[in-house]
Amino acid sequence: MGAIFVMSPPILSVQNLTKRFGPAAPPVVHEVSFEVEDGEIFSILGPSGCGKTTTLRCIAGFEAATEGTIAVRDQVLSGPSVHASPDTRDVGIVFQNYALFPHLTVRENVAFGLNGASEAARAQEALEMVGLDGFEGRRPQHLSGGQQQRVALARTLAPEPDLLLLDEPFSNLDALLRQETRQEVRELLKNKGMSAVFVTHNQEEALSFSDRLAVMRGGQLDQIGTPEDVYYHPRTLFVAQFLGRTNLLLSRAAGTEADTPLGRVGLNEAAEGTVLVSMRPEHLGLEAPETSDGTVGTVVGRAFKGHDITYRVCCEGSEYLVHTDNRQFYEPGDTVAVRPLEPAVVLESRSTPAEVPSGATSEPELGA
Amino acid sequence: MTVARVLDTIRRRWYVAIPVAVVVGGVLIPLVYLLLRALQADPGTLWDLVVRGRTLQLLGNTVGLTAGVLVGTSVLALPLAWLTTRTALLGRKVLTLLGVLPLAVPGYVMAYALMATTGEYGTLAQMLGLVVPRLSGYTGAWIALSLSTFPYLFLNLRTAFLGLDPSLEESARALGRGRWQVFVQVVLPQMRPAFLSGGLLVALHVLGDFGVVSLMRYDTFSYALYIQYAASYDRVYAACLALMLLILTGAVLLLEARLLKGLLFHRTESGTGRTAAQYGLGRWRWAGYAFALGVAGLSVVLPAGTVGYWMADSAASGVPWSSLGAALWDSVSASAPAAVLAALLALPVAYLGVRHPSNWTRVVERVAYLGYATPPLAFALALIVFSLGAVPFAYQTLGLLVMAYAVHFMAEAVGPVRSALYQAPPHLEEAARSLGRSPLGAFVGVTFPLVRRGLLVSMAFVFLSAMKELPLTFLLAPIGFETLALNTWSYAEEAMFGQAAPYALTIMFVSALFVGVLLLREQATERSAAAERT
Repeated sequence: MGAIFVMSPPILSVQNLTKRFGPAAPPVVHEVSFEVEDGEIFSILGPSGCGKTTTLRCIAGFEAATEGTIAVRDQVLSGPSVHASPDTRDVGIVFQNYALFPHLTVRENVAFGLNGASEAARAQEALEMVGLDGFEGRRPQHLSGGQQQRVALARTLAPEPDLLLLDEPFSNLDALLRQETRQEVRELLKNKGMSAVFVTHNQEEALSFSDRLAVMRGGQLDQIGTPEDVYYHPRTLFVAQFLGRTNLLLSRAAGTEADTPLGRVGLNEAAEGTVLVSMRPEHLGLEAPETSDGTVGTVVGRAFKGHDITYRVCCEGSEYLVHTDNRQFYEPGDTVAVRPLEPAVVLESRSTPAEVPSGATSEPELGA
Repeated sequence: MTVARVLDTIRRRWYVAIPVAVVVGGVLIPLVYLLLRALQADPGTLWDLVVRGRTLQLLGNTVGLTAGVLVGTSVLALPLAWLTTRTALLGRKVLTLLGVLPLAVPGYVMAYALMATTGEYGTLAQMLGLVVPRLSGYTGAWIALSLSTFPYLFLNLRTAFLGLDPSLEESARALGRGRWQVFVQVVLPQMRPAFLSGGLLVALHVLGDFGVVSLMRYDTFSYALYIQYAASYDRVYAACLALMLLILTGAVLLLEARLLKGLLFHRTESGTGRTAAQYGLGRWRWAGYAFALGVAGLSVVLPAGTVGYWMADSAASGVPWSSLGAALWDSVSASAPAAVLAALLALPVAYLGVRHPSNWTRVVERVAYLGYATPPLAFALALIVFSLGAVPFAYQTLGLLVMAYAVHFMAEAVGPVRSALYQAPPHLEEAARSLGRSPLGAFVGVTFPLVRRGLLVSMAFVFLSAMKELPLTFLLAPIGFETLALNTWSYAEEAMFGQAAPYALTIMFVSALFVGVLLLREQATERSAAAERT
């Protein structure tokens, strides 16, 4: 974790941020630290109530940090005895419900954060950027959800903030529009070289939208890394489960190998003793039991999804998920051999590994 | 909470601390002062004043009148609310309007109309030669108060009928209950919260009423208080009466809260948004029309007709335009500043309640209702005693009257501002802040434009209410200050019905405007609720 390129200072630096609502209350955000590089899209992913939105609101200045510092371009905005008010921070925010001013037109909304002679021209420019020129005179309530979203983005980008904060901006759009808008917004931000912090509870959104992401739980960051890194090398049980379904194997490790319920597999890092390892469904394969040395089990379920198939396979009382391509075809009841294709990932668990049964995890829980 | 935290909260929320201090101070300080003054009398005297048959009689009369009016308003309001919501009668909108219009007839105008209709010189005798005894006493007060206050219950019951989840009734029918059984066993129990909240409003009006009982000469706490004040001003006894009236009001509030507790949790989500089936009534629909028109005849046509009749009588001998103009000006000059002041007090209280909802902000919002629930006659008396004793320069000034109006009617101002604030969610203000506006700048640029309409509605409510207010005006008006309400009441009190008519007519006109604003607001609320559902 941490900055890889130390050439320019990070645009945003959050150090040991803690937020409590009330002196005796438990911390909602607890000693959170991360940095965002110039031009980077950084996501905070976590279930509802994990503190991700509070973190964002601390950066925006709507909440005062209880402890820790927040600095944008090396300028401390929140810190011991420092709290810059939201209007003095060059930080823009797009809310989940867009928060467009209903008594102002689209143009007036976009121009709200601007002043000076070039106000009208810059508002126009921002509207063109999001492809909404021609809608200047309308009221926000007469626009579709996707258009409102783009007005909100134009309004936030018009004053050219140093940093853009996005609070679940896509969750009010329907599924089709969501994916499309996400791509458009990402391209827009990349073209402008904007740095952004994006908060979401949707792992797919976080994986596809961000350059790096942090997984948050109970007010703390479990892991920070690129989407690939976090997905394939989850550090904790929580991260492994939250980023998609996986298979958990209670194993006995010796160096870079371990004995698992699915046989002997390689590990991504050396470990000793009883450990819990994670194996994504696409890292398992199915073979005919006669020709394989893999663990033998019975197919108990199959979900055909067009480009691939997910099998549920029962081995020694535990169920495992296996993704295969659509050329491998088994029926429930067939006997198959399960073979690990990649090294397993050793998880740090806050609980003792023995408490977690081996097998497939359930669907990641999506917060509200 | 420690003292330091309370002080810190007050410092952070100074914009709320000020109106709360004004209202709490404005109501409680005079009342506490009144209590202290009463306690200054020697205990023996106090004991003799309070513990005697007369007190018991006043208590009996006041409670009896309140209970009677509660029954009377229920008999009027429940069928009317059912007819306008659950039947397929044609013209339900008109019938609904007829159920609300009596709000345009203040109690004392209703009492005046009843007195001017009956008796040897009444309209009935003059037009039809029908002599019925002049209404007075319990019967007169009961009829006048029932007819003028039933809309409060009607509106609450109507909302409850409209909010009923039809699937409950359908389940009961499917379980083998007949229509009538469903009404008694399923519908009526769900009406209880509406009965309690509407009934509370009615009871507060009866307890606080002064115009009707003074005109009908019915011996309640308010009437006794008035006699004490008007005739033999015994300060200690008047203070005792006011305090007993306050205790009675407090008891009613507690009783309502006690009865309401738990009831609201029984409401199920009416998630479907489906409206219940409407009954055709068949031949019974004529009975429905007859009932609705009968109620409207008594509560609207009768007072309007009577006032019109006596107006014609008065016009024959020349309308006193100059005194009417002067009275109108006096009314406006006290009501307009009160409206502005009440809205200004209500804005921060509503703001806090909407933006930072918590247990203690709910308490702050309750404070707004403190002045509303305090019987005006007792409140006015406390203000007089307090101003005479502590701030003599304020006694009998317009400023004191304006303050009393504002504190009393602030509750009416909170509602519209509250609903307007819901149209201006906090994210809007935060968005403005992140776009570079200061806290005040964000409020002025975003929130204020959105609540402006609500503020205007608040002012309209308070203005029109203050225009027809009687007891506060009666006790607190500066010398020579003669409002429309005071003129109507004092002429009616001397049975000079013709002279009272021009003032009563103007009052009814002002009150009709009030009802108009109320209906517009109801419509807007229904529309926005409908828009939210889609």
